[in-house]
Amino acid sequence: MSKKDSEYLINRKDNQYEVVIGLEVHAQVLSESKLFSTSATKFGAEPNTQVSLVDAAFPGMLPVINEFCVKQAIKTGIGLNAKINKRSVFDRKNYFYADLPQGYQISQFKDPIVGEGKVILDMPNGQKEIGIERLHLEQDAGKSIHDLDPQNTFVDLNRSGVALMEIVSKPDLRSPDEVNAYIKKLRSIMRYLGTCDGNMQEGSLRADVNVSVRPKGSKEFGTRCEIKNVNSIKFMQMAIEYEANRQIDLIEEGKTIDQETRLFDTKKNETRSMRSKEDAHDYRYFPDPDLLPLEVSEKFIEELKNDIPELPDDKKKRFIEEFKLSPYEANILVSDIDTAKYFEEVVAKMGKNKDIKLAVNWITGELFAVLNSKNFEISQSPVSAKNFAILINLIKNGTISGKIAKTVFELMIDGDKDPQKIVEEKGLKQQSDPKTLEALIDKIINDNREKAIEYKQGKEKLFGFFVGQAMKASGGKANPQLINEILKKKL
Amino acid sequence: MSDITKQSLTNLVENIRNKKLSSTDVTKAFIDRSEKSENLNAYITNDFTSALDKAKKFDQKPNLDLKLPGIPMAVKDLFCTKDIKTTAGSKILNNFIPTYESTVTENIWNEGAILLGKLNCDEFAMGSSNETSFFGNVQNPIDRNLVPGGSSGGSASAVAGQLTPVTIGTDTGGSIRQPASFTGIVGLKPTYGSCSRYGIVAFASSLDQAGPMAQNVKDCALLHEVISSYDPKDSTSIDFKRNHYSKELTNNIKGKKIGIPKEYSVDGMPKEIEDLWLKGIQYIKDCGAETIDISLPNTSYALPTYYIVAPAEASSNLARYDGVKYGFRAKGENLIDMYEKTRSEGFGAEVQRRIMIGTYVLSSGYYDAYYLKAQKVRKLIKNDFDEAYKKVDAILTPSTPSSAFKIGEKTNDPVSMYLNDIFTVPANLAGLPGISIPAGHDSKGYPLGLQIIGKAFDEQNILNIAYAMEEKINFKNKITDWWIK
Repeated sequence: MSKKDSEYLINRKDNQYEVVIGLEVHAQVLSESKLFSTSATKFGAEPNTQVSLVDAAFPGMLPVINEFCVKQAIKTGIGLNAKINKRSVFDRKNYFYADLPQGYQISQFKDPIVGEGKVILDMPNGQKEIGIERLHLEQDAGKSIHDLDPQNTFVDLNRSGVALMEIVSKPDLRSPDEVNAYIKKLRSIMRYLGTCDGNMQEGSLRADVNVSVRPKGSKEFGTRCEIKNVNSIKFMQMAIEYEANRQIDLIEEGKTIDQETRLFDTKKNETRSMRSKEDAHDYRYFPDPDLLPLEVSEKFIEELKNDIPELPDDKKKRFIEEFKLSPYEANILVSDIDTAKYFEEVVAKMGKNKDIKLAVNWITGELFAVLNSKNFEISQSPVSAKNFAILINLIKNGTISGKIAKTVFELMIDGDKDPQKIVEEKGLKQQSDPKTLEALIDKIINDNREKAIEYKQGKEKLFGFFVGQAMKASGGKANPQLINEILKKKL
Repeated sequence: MSDITKQSLTNLVENIRNKKLSSTDVTKAFIDRSEKSENLNAYITNDFTSALDKAKKFDQKPNLDLKLPGIPMAVKDLFCTKDIKTTAGSKILNNFIPTYESTVTENIWNEGAILLGKLNCDEFAMGSSNETSFFGNVQNPIDRNLVPGGSSGGSASAVAGQLTPVTIGTDTGGSIRQPASFTGIVGLKPTYGSCSRYGIVAFASSLDQAGPMAQNVKDCALLHEVISSYDPKDSTSIDFKRNHYSKELTNNIKGKKIGIPKEYSVDGMPKEIEDLWLKGIQYIKDCGAETIDISLPNTSYALPTYYIVAPAEASSNLARYDGVKYGFRAKGENLIDMYEKTRSEGFGAEVQRRIMIGTYVLSSGYYDAYYLKAQKVRKLIKNDFDEAYKKVDAILTPSTPSSAFKIGEKTNDPVSMYLNDIFTVPANLAGLPGISIPAGHDSKGYPLGLQIIGKAFDEQNILNIAYAMEEKINFKNKITDWWIK
């Protein structure tokens, strides 16, 4: 493998191969109730407690579209800079399975609710645009549980009918790193919009990964394989790497690649054939006659557009312009909506005389370190934005030094304490009174006459010694800048 | 009163309202006659005991403002009824007891009616003679071993045989109008979207429509007024202003223009049907309305179109009967084996045939040639009607190409069976209302019906035309009670 200019190429003998990847991301719509019924969608509920007659496909039951889910899909489409289709059609995808009560999944086949769009990825070498082919709404299936009983399979229909958005990318991705950035970007956008919580552990976000390879420079696509239902970014990356190498090995051996559906075995770290193209289901798609075509007006879409919050790309731009942040810093702050919220709240609470750069350094440094060590999300931060802002201001206005601030921060963590109070109670206030400091320094010079003379004779290194003595004598509280100034004057 | 069961719904309501009859009297009378009529095999499930209880309860505190005060009524077994077995005429639902009520039946009970039981029908409403029912043939009260038509055969037989004052059926391609015609009663298929499909076992979703079946037009109008409602639980239900159909019923149809479509004069149509149609035209004229020759050029494609669209939807609608959640389940080696055995044993031959046809026409490689083309033709058929309705207010046709046939006569010839629907399917494909009224007898004395097809949402108009014609026709059904034990 070579990584020249961050290009992801796989070498075999004298040949270089490029990997072409397209993703079908299944994102669970953030909604209290299901796509076509009023059942709840809460994760982790007791099996079969969130199932209506519609979800279980009882005779004579009919689907009724949940308007909120439609709004969520349109908002997501807007977030993906995509064309919103005023008329879309729900189709039936027919197949038999124990956890598919209707015997078909209601999905959108020919006429999806959202058409072409794009997302921008920030890669180390600059930005890359990834095309979105479409986004459509569909129902999730239930869950078959095979390991509770040696003879029987159990079915949990809680998930049956939950709304999913299938977001199909163009085959524009070229490396596992880009896949990582793409998934994170999608997740970020949807979390900003509040349309998907992006929780991969709970299955709210999973993807089918299409992988093909071709000689570097080739314009034609190779035969692709689809790896079904991968539920973490790490597994997606591992699966792509394995699959690309497998395909290249076949080509190098002069064999052909069969278009097929494969599964990723996370234990063995390999992909396995699930079914070939010949065995592919004939889903017999046709428009669901129980549902009329979904029509939305221009006004409906406009109202949703007005409802769209500032999205990560715009926020990043604004942070760079307004707060003079570097693109790198801005990226870190905007990628997660809660981090951005925290940062903006800190900025707001710092008031007029604020040091944004300092705040950013402290958020990405000390705060992130604490969150990482405790495995917390920023929304669970033990230090509120308000107290965090106070701390930064205390540093900025010289009340405490950066070093003391670290001590204060550690004390704040336990119970979100007010840093001002900690400084007062523990007597950590910086010594900034020139007279007190002068007296202190006079004493040090007096006690170290010989060293003072050596300094005056040109041994400049000794300046650090005097600073150290002064800090020590003040118990670390002396304002280092003042100490410097006074020492220079006195020596 | 021994003649209670001979009374029309309108009379029964009046007699209960002015306390000449109690709900118990009426309910008892229909239960008695139903019990003596086992030979008709009209019922799949009866609920006589609780019907009588409900009647007594009603009489204790009668609400006479209701539209169907204490009126007993049996309904087609395609409507889900809470806590009462609902089979759709199929073995696969032989043990199925819904926990919910269909909107249409709910509307009926809300107006004071009392459930007598569930009436026989073709399996999943697929049939034109009631011979595909898992629960056996239904006899036509008109004559021994005569089919009552289908799929609402039990419903037609029960009304003609006076086992229930009125009933409801469902009509996907003629399943109300054809049996009404075969048994000498009135049957209305409303505009698609007029009656909610919620809680009705689905056959073909884009065609299915519930409707009333009755002894006369007025009863039919009254029952239609009860069952038609906008229902948010059915996405295809339409929110339009519904009339008080019975109150607004009038026999004044002077000046109405009635279209006579030449394409309904099909090859091989018996002369008695042709004659009946001509008589119908005369009745129209006698009522002061005008007939106009029109053309519905795509009529001949209606039947093949129907037999693509309906099975396609059915093949998908019936996928839920897989033995997993409810209904019949056969033992299998594994999931696939269980599916195959459950569906092979649970569905009858006609249902399996239509699932096969439907699966075929939706398959990749055939979809465009069959399903998609059928949808296009369907649009053309609808356009034909739209064109015609620029010139006329309604259309008059025969209901069926023949009178009722003998049990077993067509069971081995599905195509000849399908031809029964030739005059009724266009209204389903176009979503239009159609009513069949008894208009005469053939040489064997079997009833024959005429159909009036209306504009969408114009049920009032076709009810009025039917009402006016009914008066002129003065049809008398020849019921001899031959089956009574």
